[in-house]
Amino acid sequence: MSLRLEGVSKIVEGQSHIYPTDLTLERGTMNVLLGPTLSGKTTLMRLMAGLDAPATGRIWWEGRDVTGMRVQDRKVAMVYQQFINYPSMTVYDNIASPLKLMGVSRADMDRKVREAADLMQLTPMLDRKPLELSGGQQQRCALARALVKGAGLVLLDEPLANLDYKLREELRAEIPRIFEESGAIFVYATTEPEEALLLGGNVATMWEGRITQFGPTPKVYRTPKDATTARVFSDPPMNFTRIEKAGNKISFGEGQTAPASGALAALPDGVYTAGFRPDHLHLASKGNDGLRFRCMLHVTEITGSETFVHLNHAGDKWVGLLHGVHHLAYGAPIDVWLDAAHVYVFGQNGDLVAPASFAQAA
Amino acid sequence: MDKVQNNKAWFLVLPVLVLVAFSAVIPLMTVVNYSVQDTFGNNVFFWEGLGWFQEVLTSERVHAALGRQLAFSGIILAIQIPLGIAIAICMPKRGFWASVCLVLMALPLLIPWNVVGTIWQILGRTDIGLVGYALDKVGISWNYARNPVHAWVTVVIMDVWHWTSLVALLAYAGLQSIPQAYYQAAKIDQASRWKVFRYIELPKMQGVLLIAILLRFMDSFMIYTEPFVVTGGGPGSATSFLSIDLVKMALGQFDLGPAAAFSIMYFLVILLVSWVFYTVMTNLDKAEGR
Amino acid sequence: MAQITLDNLAHSYLPNPKGEEDYALKQLDHVWGDGEAYALLGASGCGKSTLLNIISGLLVPSRGRILFGDRDVTHQDTVERNIAQVFQFPVVYDTMTVGDNLAFPLRNRGMDAAYVAARVQKIAAMIGMEEVLNRKARGLTADAKQKISLGRGMVREDVNAILFDEPLTVIDPHMKWELRTQLKALHNEFGHTMIYVTHDQTEALTFADKVVVMHDGRVVQLGTPEELFDTPEHTFVGYFIGSPGMNLIEAEVAGNLARCAGHAVRLGGTYKALQGRVQIGVRPEFVQLVSGEEGLPVTIKRVEDVGRHQIVRAEFQGRAINAVQLEGTPIPADANRMIFAPERINVYADDWRVAPLQSVATPQREAV
Repeated sequence: MSLRLEGVSKIVEGQSHIYPTDLTLERGTMNVLLGPTLSGKTTLMRLMAGLDAPATGRIWWEGRDVTGMRVQDRKVAMVYQQFINYPSMTVYDNIASPLKLMGVSRADMDRKVREAADLMQLTPMLDRKPLELSGGQQQRCALARALVKGAGLVLLDEPLANLDYKLREELRAEIPRIFEESGAIFVYATTEPEEALLLGGNVATMWEGRITQFGPTPKVYRTPKDATTARVFSDPPMNFTRIEKAGNKISFGEGQTAPASGALAALPDGVYTAGFRPDHLHLASKGNDGLRFRCMLHVTEITGSETFVHLNHAGDKWVGLLHGVHHLAYGAPIDVWLDAAHVYVFGQNGDLVAPASFAQAA
Repeated sequence: MDKVQNNKAWFLVLPVLVLVAFSAVIPLMTVVNYSVQDTFGNNVFFWEGLGWFQEVLTSERVHAALGRQLAFSGIILAIQIPLGIAIAICMPKRGFWASVCLVLMALPLLIPWNVVGTIWQILGRTDIGLVGYALDKVGISWNYARNPVHAWVTVVIMDVWHWTSLVALLAYAGLQSIPQAYYQAAKIDQASRWKVFRYIELPKMQGVLLIAILLRFMDSFMIYTEPFVVTGGGPGSATSFLSIDLVKMALGQFDLGPAAAFSIMYFLVILLVSWVFYTVMTNLDKAEGR
Repeated sequence: MAQITLDNLAHSYLPNPKGEEDYALKQLDHVWGDGEAYALLGASGCGKSTLLNIISGLLVPSRGRILFGDRDVTHQDTVERNIAQVFQFPVVYDTMTVGDNLAFPLRNRGMDAAYVAARVQKIAAMIGMEEVLNRKARGLTADAKQKISLGRGMVREDVNAILFDEPLTVIDPHMKWELRTQLKALHNEFGHTMIYVTHDQTEALTFADKVVVMHDGRVVQLGTPEELFDTPEHTFVGYFIGSPGMNLIEAEVAGNLARCAGHAVRLGGTYKALQGRVQIGVRPEFVQLVSGEEGLPVTIKRVEDVGRHQIVRAEFQGRAINAVQLEGTPIPADANRMIFAPERINVYADDWRVAPLQSVATPQREAV
């Protein structure tokens, strides 16, 4: 029971929107497509749904070749960024509409609609028209309609992007619960790394028409295969700096050096790119392995519980996320510390050559 | 965006194909047939080759008609487009008066061509027509049947009266789609009224204006009924535009061959102009997207 | 630049408002300091856009006055107010080049060409668009167009205030970082009075010196990000700021002890006897998971690994209660209790915060 893409690609006017892609999604899983705008998330979803035909490759659904099969003949439900409901129908009729098309008996239909409405907390609004509802409720109505279909494949294309921050937070917490009860394959497209982490399940990071990595969400987050994946799956963006290893020493920045310890010790000599996440930067050393960087402080942003520091380290723009509130002087030099265990090392082609050791332990 | 292919859908197009065949393709073929043959009546035809085309292309009469036609289309575009835009800008944007204006603007468009012609024919008369009588009183002896300038002015005013609303309505629709934020931003930037027009309204109306120009050009290029009713192409051939001339040739003189060749070239010219417009517009769309 | 005074301000969209509920914006009395960055934060329909429109001059309030410095501008036109505004969607002049777009507000005011050129260069450098100054604005990405809008907002030095109406809506998350930082840097450099409207707490908190939290047409709190985080004056602020929001638990409070469904919770201060609906509020960041007999008994429903921390979703007496644990903090397998940092607990009566008669100690600054 699965959806399998085999060498699927999409070419529009000679430009590759999706490069040949292999992907297998198992029944009862939540799969997040994570990538910036125009990275190919929506295109890939349209291929999965059968709204578009692939240029090459085959699509298998439960062992059957469904390439080129019309979307109407597949059991697929889709929810979009815009709240799409039938404006002249009540919420009840909106949710019931796919069941009517399927010719489900009245009693069955009523039961299913009420179940879905209950799950989406829409029961008090069943008699209202969609436009009388708040944005969050409208999107719940669209979600409920997708759910009652009993589709084996549910595609959600940035469904929360048009909602207020807090509403987004609430619905985001509900979606994994709804998904667990449906047992279908869920595919969820988003541009926000934090959303991918909150939804859990699996993640496929996308960049310029390619899936750069696919796996369990926390695993991809902690051991990204390459620098591109790390960059896509990091908000604020991951910090990078060029390092050079010679013997048991590494040099970086403008003439700074540190002993090559931990994962770095085993690497052959050469030039690498070191990457680390903003929340792993500290104002003080937390252990013996601490690396010290002398930076210029550009701007700080205080959220009330945390402080973002925007740094300039020898020409590299860095962001640090510090716990607690720190009032620091702008435009002044500042020392920041990094635990060597939190450093990812990427080769010159961008591939990960040494994972951060903390992630291995976790 | 290409959808999943399904060949059965072609059957749905079949009725249209049959209809178009009867209404356009077969008549067109008949015309093509005439254009390469000659006849002395009695349904006896001779092969003439491209002779008629040659004759039409070198005919001074056709050249003159084409010249009049281009002048007419040019004049009415030069009047109707700016005037339509100006009217659209002056119309109220919302509320009761906006609806009243819209209905009033739509009125001339609802009147049949020959009635428009008749209306202006009567209006221009000095004995019973309001305009003609008034002009006569101020000392201008208005006579569109004798004076070519008077005939032209009458025909142009009639077309402006009939069709400026179309341009105005299209421009109005274009204006309505401009988000309020643009006007607010322009205010904050202290842009003058002219600059608001030049940098916000005109660029945002570009698409609909091109459609308006295309429609008005094609329509005026093919104009027949109204001038025919008012002036009958006269005095002399002063207002004999292409289509009037064509009809004169085909039915008045029964020169079927040259008339057929003429109409084919006429058709090709309009096709060419439409194609040029279409290309320009799609290119603009591309520049607009992303 | 000027200080902005909202004097006894209220607005209703109805011609004859009767009760409180007819007002989209209820009584406001505020003085906003010159050169400070403010954020108006609230959900859709809370009145923040109404307030912004009153400040920008699109709306005349039904009651009260608005002053820029000492000047009453209540009935003045947008142009006379000398402000700049950046909208939700990019507003650029398509047929002009990027440079002409930036120069437009200056040229319209008849500034001399040398000044305009210098100023455009400076702003272009700020928004990172020096290379495309001679390109037509049409055909640029939404990101780039919004940058132009931001630039045009900043280009004048003499404005009374710059208003931002959810300016990062159309921007990709990665780009948001860059633009927000640039805004902050621009504020540091030029010191304009800035007002930024948003529903996104991260944007509001990181951008502003002072955040104005609005709820149901009312300002429920005006404070620094720290104040909103540490001592939310209203339960709405507790809920709205923070992700997840503050945990609120029904309680009976006596002295320095709260009782939640029979379980005792020690508080950071002593309180007088309270009337009405009493709740204690504690942020998930100050909740610790333990096993044993101490603390509130909870059932853990789910643990979400969000990367830099974990969100523990649990239930206490059938009500949701959350805890945030730092990355790498192990969660005991048999955890069944939650304990709160006492000095981090706030007490609410009928949704408004009650100050303790005396607090034990000032809270430490380090969260978690």
